[in-house]
Amino acid sequence: MIWIMEILILTILLICALAAIHVKDLLSSAILLGAYSFLMCILWAEMGAVDVAFTEAAVGAGISTAFFIGAIYQTTRRTKD
Amino acid sequence: MIRLYNDLIIQTVCRIMIPLIQLFAFYVIAHGHYSPGGGFQGGCILGASFILMLIAYDINWIKRRFSENKNVILIALGVFIYALVGLLCIFLGKEYLNYSAFQKLIPIDIARVRALGTLIIEIGVGITVMAVMVSIFLNLITFGKHEKGEV
Repeated sequence: MIWIMEILILTILLICALAAIHVKDLLSSAILLGAYSFLMCILWAEMGAVDVAFTEAAVGAGISTAFFIGAIYQTTRRTKD
Repeated sequence: MIRLYNDLIIQTVCRIMIPLIQLFAFYVIAHGHYSPGGGFQGGCILGASFILMLIAYDINWIKRRFSENKNVILIALGVFIYALVGLLCIFLGKEYLNYSAFQKLIPIDIARVRALGTLIIEIGVGITVMAVMVSIFLNLITFGKHEKGEV
C-alpha cells in the first residue's frame, strides 16, 4: 500500500517541478516551488528521514517562498522568455 | 514601492498566529536533542514569524526594532556563544566541543552534561539563524537600503 502512495507523491512532484519551469507568471512559479518543497518533505518523512523532512518544511516551504516573493516584488511579474 | 496596507483580517490573524509560531520555535530549539529539530530549524521558524510580522504590519514600525546594527549584534552573539562553549571545553582539558569537560563545573551524570552542552550550542545557532533570515528579507525587499532609512 505504501508504494502506491509513493508513486502518487512522485507523480505530483514531477508535475509541480515541470509546471514551475514552464509557467509564465513568476508568482505562480514561486508558489509551485513551495508546493514542490512540501511534497519533497512528505517524501522524506515517508522514507524515515524525519530531521531532513523538518528542515525541508522549515526552509524550503517556509522561508525560501517568502524570499522568492520578496525578490519578485523588485522585478516584473511576467517572464519575457 | 512599499506602501502601508492595512487589512483587519490579516492583522488580526497574525496577532493570534505569531505568538503560537514563536512558542513552537522555542519548543523546537529546546527539544532538539531529544526529537527531530534543533537550532537551525527552530531559528528558521522564529525568523519566519518575524517575516510574517514584517509582511502584515508597517515596515517602518518593525525597522525601529530590527535595525541593521541590532541584527549584526545578534548574528555575532550566536557565533560568540558557539565559540565560547567550544573554547571553554579546551580550557577545561578536553577537545573542542567535547561537552563532557563540563563535568568538572557541574558534577552530574555525563549524558546530562552532554545534553546541556548541546542545548547551549543550539540556542546560539538559533539566534544566529533567526537574525540572518530577518536581515536577508529586510535587505531583499528594500533594495538593500534599509540601513540608511530610505524605504
